Amino acid sequence: MSHPDVTTESKPVRLLLIAGAGLIMAGLLLLPLLAVFIEALRKGWEVFFVSLRDEAALSAVTLTLTAAAISVPLNTLFGVAAAWAVTKFRFKGRALLVSLIDLPFAVSPVIAGLVWVLMFGSHGWFGQWLLASDIKIIFALPGIIIATMFVTFPFVARELIPLMESQGSDQEEAAITLGAGGWQIFRRVTLPNIKWGLLYGVLLCNARAMGEFGAVSVVSGHIRGETNTLPLHVEVLYNEYQFSAAFACATLLALLALVTLGVKSAIEHFTDHSRSVL
Amino acid sequence: MHQRRVIPGFGLSLGFTLIYLSVLILIPLAALFLKAAGLGWQEWWNLLVSARVLAAAKLTFGASAAAAALSSVLGTIVTWVLVRYRFPGRRLMDAMIDLPFALPTAVAGITLTTIYAPNGWVGAYLAQFGIKAAYSPLGVFIALTFVGFPFVVRTLQPVLEDFTKDTEEAAAMLGAGRWVTVRRVVLPMMLPALITGFTLAFARAIGEYGSVIFISGNLPMKTEILPLLIVSQLEQFNVPAAAVIASAMLIVSFMLLFSINLLQRWLDWRHR
Repeated sequence: MSHPDVTTESKPVRLLLIAGAGLIMAGLLLLPLLAVFIEALRKGWEVFFVSLRDEAALSAVTLTLTAAAISVPLNTLFGVAAAWAVTKFRFKGRALLVSLIDLPFAVSPVIAGLVWVLMFGSHGWFGQWLLASDIKIIFALPGIIIATMFVTFPFVARELIPLMESQGSDQEEAAITLGAGGWQIFRRVTLPNIKWGLLYGVLLCNARAMGEFGAVSVVSGHIRGETNTLPLHVEVLYNEYQFSAAFACATLLALLALVTLGVKSAIEHFTDHSRSVL
Repeated sequence: MHQRRVIPGFGLSLGFTLIYLSVLILIPLAALFLKAAGLGWQEWWNLLVSARVLAAAKLTFGASAAAAALSSVLGTIVTWVLVRYRFPGRRLMDAMIDLPFALPTAVAGITLTTIYAPNGWVGAYLAQFGIKAAYSPLGVFIALTFVGFPFVVRTLQPVLEDFTKDTEEAAAMLGAGRWVTVRRVVLPMMLPALITGFTLAFARAIGEYGSVIFISGNLPMKTEILPLLIVSQLEQFNVPAAAVIASAMLIVSFMLLFSINLLQRWLDWRHR
């Protein structure tokens, strides 16, 4: 290009815009992030660590890890199965199925919790039967898990579907002609091709699973030491005016967010992955 | 295409997908709509036009639209800078865009409240001018802007990256100044992506709960959003009312999602 300057702005305008973007990022995003850590340490390291070693905090961490450890693998399995069905085969209703997979993104987290109360709550479809059989779902761990599964449902699938669509099925077909079985094809041919996309989807799914608030809040019942996940524990502490403790627990979630962003942008950088949100 | 299926696993993968989708998503959503349908039209109508629901709807949709609009403006500036300029810290800026998505909503909620409360870093400053940020509709607007911002940037970014500069060169050759070129050539080309980003941010904002309920103050008729109204109906064991409000919200959300899909399909078709 002999005249590169006609398709860009003059230097003062460029600098002004960069400064403006920097200000937007600082005011909108960086300020809240910094505030989490500053508020957490306002009363010193001692209070910070005492808040984290508190029994209710530890049980909240355990519950959050448990819910993620069950819901993320299940949704990953679903994501792989759905992507396999949708991209390796052509069938009637395929486009509809792809849109239905995205459905939970359009559902408010509160409604994602409400639907389970309507199914399994004491006045729900199976309420009386559950009561009679002494099975607890709402206000207990199973409710927290299914609410988390509902909101994190699409993440892996929506990551894998466009990826596997673009890769086509040639390599799998070649493997078949060479005599490979189904499981062998998936493990030796497909999986190596999709591993970064899969990791990306699992990463986003996990971040949402551990941080989910609205859906879990509706089904949890807020029983301290029992059905409070980490985000709910933060809420309880905050509402009890224990601000330093609330922010100390919030730092764990903020660190999770930072690790997620770091790994996410590393995958994008090294694999030429397009950035996606949601 | 009815060729013989060579790749194995069709029945297994599709069967598992359909069962999982039905059990986890479709049947529970059907339960919601059935519960709401148990009430007659008249009751639906009475509920949805009751003063408290109307006030919550006005705040939810109004603040969501205003926040999505501000996100669109801020997002356009940031995307432009990220795509078109090279400067130190650009990759960090790019990575930070998704913070509102990665940061759990409850954390965002208590943090924004602390910053914008009357004794907070920004809140105290605003209070000098008599502006109440937290515990007012303005607080809801701030939280929703935070939440919607990444949707605008991540929708605009790939589109702007794909623009070749020949149209801009042509405009410059025909004598247009840079500002005229941007306003008359570049912005119109970005408009469809901008509308998509706006709608995504808007749709997300309508359902947002965690980042709003701390900063809003939750006063019925004043700073109560629709998702919170659903929760409070549920806590008062008024399940049918919760189901009706939720169903109405879902219908609006699905229509928004549907219109985004239509818009995308139309754009793909036009680009061919």
